Amino acid sequence: MIKMTETQASVPTTPKKRSIWLEVFRRMSKNKMAMFGLAIIIILVLTAVFADVIAPYEEVAIKQNLAQRLQGPSAKHWLGTDEFGRDIFARLVHGARVSLKVGIVAVGISILIGGTLGAVAGYYGGKIDNVIMRAMDIFLAIPSILLAIAIVSALGPSLFNLMLAIGISSVPSYARIVRASVLSLRDQEFIEAARAIGASDFRIVTKHIVPNALAPVIVQGTLGVAGAILSTAGLSFIGLGIQPPAPEWGSMLSGGRAYLRYAWHVTTFPGLLIMITILALNLLGDGLRDALDPKLKQ
Amino acid sequence: MSKAETKELLNIKNLTIHYITEDGTVKAVNGIDIQLNRGETLGLVGETGAGKTTTALGILRLVPNPPGKILGGEIFFEGEDLLKKSEVEMRHIRGNKISMIFQDPMTSLNPVLTVGEQIAEVIQIHEGLGKQDAIEKAKKMLEMVGIPGNRHSEYPHQFSGGMKQRVVIAIALACNPQLLIADEPTTALDVTIQAQVLDLMNNLKKEFQTAMILITHDLGVVAEVCDKVAIMYAGEIVETASLEDLFENPKHPYTWGLFGSIPNLEEEVERLNPIKGLMPDPTNLPSGCPFHPRCPKAADVCKKQMPKTTDLGNGHKVRCLIYEGIVKA
Amino acid sequence: MHKYVFRRLLMLIPVLLGVTFIVFSIMYMTPGDPAQMILGEKAPAEAVERLREEMGLNDPFLMQYGRFVKNAMMGKFGRSYTTNREVFAEIFSRFPATLQLASLGVLIAVAIGIPVGIISATKQYSLFDSISMIAALIGVSMPNFWQGLMLILLFSVYLGWLPSGGYGGFANFILPALTLGTSSAAIITRMTRSSMLEVIRQDYIRTARAKGVNEKTVVNKHALKNALIPVITVVGLQFGYLLGGAVLTETVFSWPGVGRLLVDAIKQKDTPMVQATVVFIAVTFSFVNLGVDILYAFVDPRIKSQYK
Repeated sequence: MIKMTETQASVPTTPKKRSIWLEVFRRMSKNKMAMFGLAIIIILVLTAVFADVIAPYEEVAIKQNLAQRLQGPSAKHWLGTDEFGRDIFARLVHGARVSLKVGIVAVGISILIGGTLGAVAGYYGGKIDNVIMRAMDIFLAIPSILLAIAIVSALGPSLFNLMLAIGISSVPSYARIVRASVLSLRDQEFIEAARAIGASDFRIVTKHIVPNALAPVIVQGTLGVAGAILSTAGLSFIGLGIQPPAPEWGSMLSGGRAYLRYAWHVTTFPGLLIMITILALNLLGDGLRDALDPKLKQ
Repeated sequence: MSKAETKELLNIKNLTIHYITEDGTVKAVNGIDIQLNRGETLGLVGETGAGKTTTALGILRLVPNPPGKILGGEIFFEGEDLLKKSEVEMRHIRGNKISMIFQDPMTSLNPVLTVGEQIAEVIQIHEGLGKQDAIEKAKKMLEMVGIPGNRHSEYPHQFSGGMKQRVVIAIALACNPQLLIADEPTTALDVTIQAQVLDLMNNLKKEFQTAMILITHDLGVVAEVCDKVAIMYAGEIVETASLEDLFENPKHPYTWGLFGSIPNLEEEVERLNPIKGLMPDPTNLPSGCPFHPRCPKAADVCKKQMPKTTDLGNGHKVRCLIYEGIVKA
Repeated sequence: MHKYVFRRLLMLIPVLLGVTFIVFSIMYMTPGDPAQMILGEKAPAEAVERLREEMGLNDPFLMQYGRFVKNAMMGKFGRSYTTNREVFAEIFSRFPATLQLASLGVLIAVAIGIPVGIISATKQYSLFDSISMIAALIGVSMPNFWQGLMLILLFSVYLGWLPSGGYGGFANFILPALTLGTSSAAIITRMTRSSMLEVIRQDYIRTARAKGVNEKTVVNKHALKNALIPVITVVGLQFGYLLGGAVLTETVFSWPGVGRLLVDAIKQKDTPMVQATVVFIAVTFSFVNLGVDILYAFVDPRIKSQYK
C-alpha cells in the first residue's frame, strides 16, 4: 500500500527534572482549589513551626487551671477553655505539631517500606514479586484502621508506636503503586540502555526508576498524610493515640465528649480543624494528581 | 423534480469549527466547502490534525461542546440546512440518513452490550421495529458483513479488531443511510484485514447506493475507492478535484508534496521527497496562506495574502496564489 | 461461573491464614502476661506458672499459632479474660447490631451517592455539580466520630429530637446510620462522578450518539452500565469498612456492635477478645470482597466469559 509519510515528527522527550516540576506547579497554580489547600497547609506548617512563639507550651497548653474550666470563647480565650481550664486555641496550635509530625513520619514509613517492597517486586518479578504481592494482599484484607488499632494495642500507645502502626497499615497501597510504575518502566528503552552499559540493579532502580515513579507516590503521599492525621485522631479518640496531657486534636475532641451538653466548643473546634486540614490536603492531592496527570498517563 | 430526487446530496458551505480552550483557540476547520452527489464517494485527505474528523463530527453535529463550537457556515443535506435543525430532528438523521464509522473499532463498541443489541438499537430507533424483529434484522446485518448471525449474543471483546469493525459497519448501514462517513476505518487494523474491510465497505456502498465521505491519509485507499478527492490542510480544503484530475494533474504545492512522499516503483529515485517542516500549530496558524512556511513555491506575498478558491473547471478547484496569477509557478 | 466462585473461595484460604498469622503475631508481641492478667496482680508466682503451662504459653511461637488456627477453625477463640464468656459467642451476639447499622449506612450511601454522582457528571460545572462536589469533599474530610458528635449536639442536645446513643428503637438508628451513610455517600458520589465522566468521553458513547440515541438513553443505558462497574467495588469496600471499621462511630453512639466490643476489649487488655474480633472483622471483610468480585463477574461480560 502506498502511504503518505508521517511528517509529524514526535517531539523528543528528554526528562528535564526541573522544568517538569515547574510545569507541574504552573499547571497547578491555575487550580484555585488546590492553591487554597496549599495555602492552608502552609499556614498550618508555619503554625506548627512557630507554635512556641504563638503560645508557650508548658504555661498555656499543658498547665491546668481548674478555676477557668469549660469557658466559652472570649477575648482572652479565643476558642474557650477545656475541661482542665487550658486554652483550646493554644492546644490546637501545639496539636498541629503533633498531627503534622505523625502524618508526615507515618507516610514516610509507608513510602520507605512500601516503596522498597514494590520496587523489588516490580523489578525482579517472578517468585519474589509473587511472594511480596500476596503478602500485601493479605495486609489489604484487614481494614487499615483495624490493623493500626491492633498494632497500637499490642505495642502500647506512644507517639512512635502510633506512627509505626499507621505507617505499616498503609504499606500495601504504596507497594502496589510503586510496583505498577516499575513494571511500566522496566522494559522501556532507557532502562535497557542503562543495563546495556553495565549499570547495577541498585543504580538503575535509584537513578532511573525511582524518579520516574515519583509522581504517583507524591499524589498518594499527600492524600496519605490526610489519612494518617485522620487515623491519629481516631486512635487518640479511643484512647490509643497520643496520651494526655499532650495536646492532640483527636484526644482533645474525645476529652470534650463528656461535656458536650455544657461546652460545645471543646469538641467542635478540634474537629473543625481536623476537617479543614484534611480538606486542604485532599484539595492539594487532587490538584497534584490533575497537574501530574499527563505524566501519570504515560 | 422533488427534493428527494435531486442529484445533490450534501453541500457544505463555508463551515467553520473551532475548539475554544483555556490554552487558546484551536482553529480546526476554517471555512470549508464540500459538495457531494448521491452515490458518490469523496476522499477527504490530509495529515493528522488537519481537521478531517472535526469536519465529519460537524456534519453530524457531534462536535463535543464545550470546547468545540460550530461558528458558521451551512450544511445542506437533501436541501435542508442541518445547522438549523433541532436536536430532536438531528437524532432522526443520525444513524438513519447519515451514519458514521469511527477510526478505532476496539473502542467504538460498548463493552457491556452484546453486538446484536448494539445493531438492533439503531434499527429500533429509526425503523420502529420491536426488539425481537430488530434482533432478527441485526442478525441479517451481521451475515451481510460476513459474521455468522448466531454470534449476535456475544460481546465485543469476543471479536477480533477486523470483526469489530465489521460490526461497526453493520451498525452504520443497518438503516440504509444516504450518507456514510467513514473516519479512517482501516487505520487501526492489520494490513491484511484492511483490504477486506475496505472491499466490504465498497461493495455494500454500491449495493445500497450510499454516498460516502472517506476520511484517510492514505492516497492508495483513495485511488481504489473514491470518485473525487478533497485535500485538507490546516482546516482548509486546499484542492478538490475528480480522482483522475487530482492524480494526473495535481495543482496545489501541498498535493505535490503528498505525491512526492509516495514511493514510486516505476521511477528510480534516490530518496523520497517528503514535505519539509511540520503541520502548523492550529492554535497559532501562520498569516496568509497557512501552507507558506512549508511551500517550495512560496513568495513574500504568500505570508500576507490569503488565497481565494480558483475554479479551474470540471470541478477542479484549488486555493493557491499561483492560480490567481499572483505568484510564479 | 461456579468454577470462578469455587476458585475465589479457594484463594480465600491462604488470605485467611495470612490474616490470622498477622493478627496472632501482633497479639503475641503484647507485653504483659495473660496468665497474670487472669489471676490478678497478687497471684503467687507458682500459680501463674502453672496456668502458663496449662494455657500453652510456654510453647514455641509457631506451635501456639498452629493451635490458635486449629481452635479458630472450630470457632474456639477462648474465653474472655474479663467476662469469662466464650468470645466467639459474644461476638456473634453483637454482630446483628453491626450488620443492621452497616446495611442501613450503605443503603443511605448508595441512595445519595449514585444519583448525585450521575447528575453531577452529566451536568459537569453546573451549580448542582459544584455544590455536590464541595459537599462530598467536606464529607470525605470530616472525621466520622466528630460528625457523629456534631449530629448529637444538633439533634439530641439542642433540638432534642433523637436519642444520642443506645440501641433499640428505630430512632436510635437514625444518627449513627446517617453518620456512616453520609461519609460513605461522599466517597461513592466522587467515584460515581469521576467514573461517569471517564465513560462519557469514550468512543462508544460517541458511537451511540451517532446512532441517534437520545441523551437520556445514552446516559442510562450506554454510560451507566459501564460507569457503575468500578462503583460496585467502592460500595463493596464501604460495606466492608462499615461492617468492620465502624469502630469509632459505634463508640460515639454507644452502639452495642462488634466495633465497640473491640474497643472495650482493648481497654481491658482482653487479648482473646481482641484477637477474635480482629480476625472476625478481617474475615467478614474478605468475604465481602469476595462477594464484590463475584458480583463484578456478573456485571462485566469481559470477566464473565473468562470463566465460562
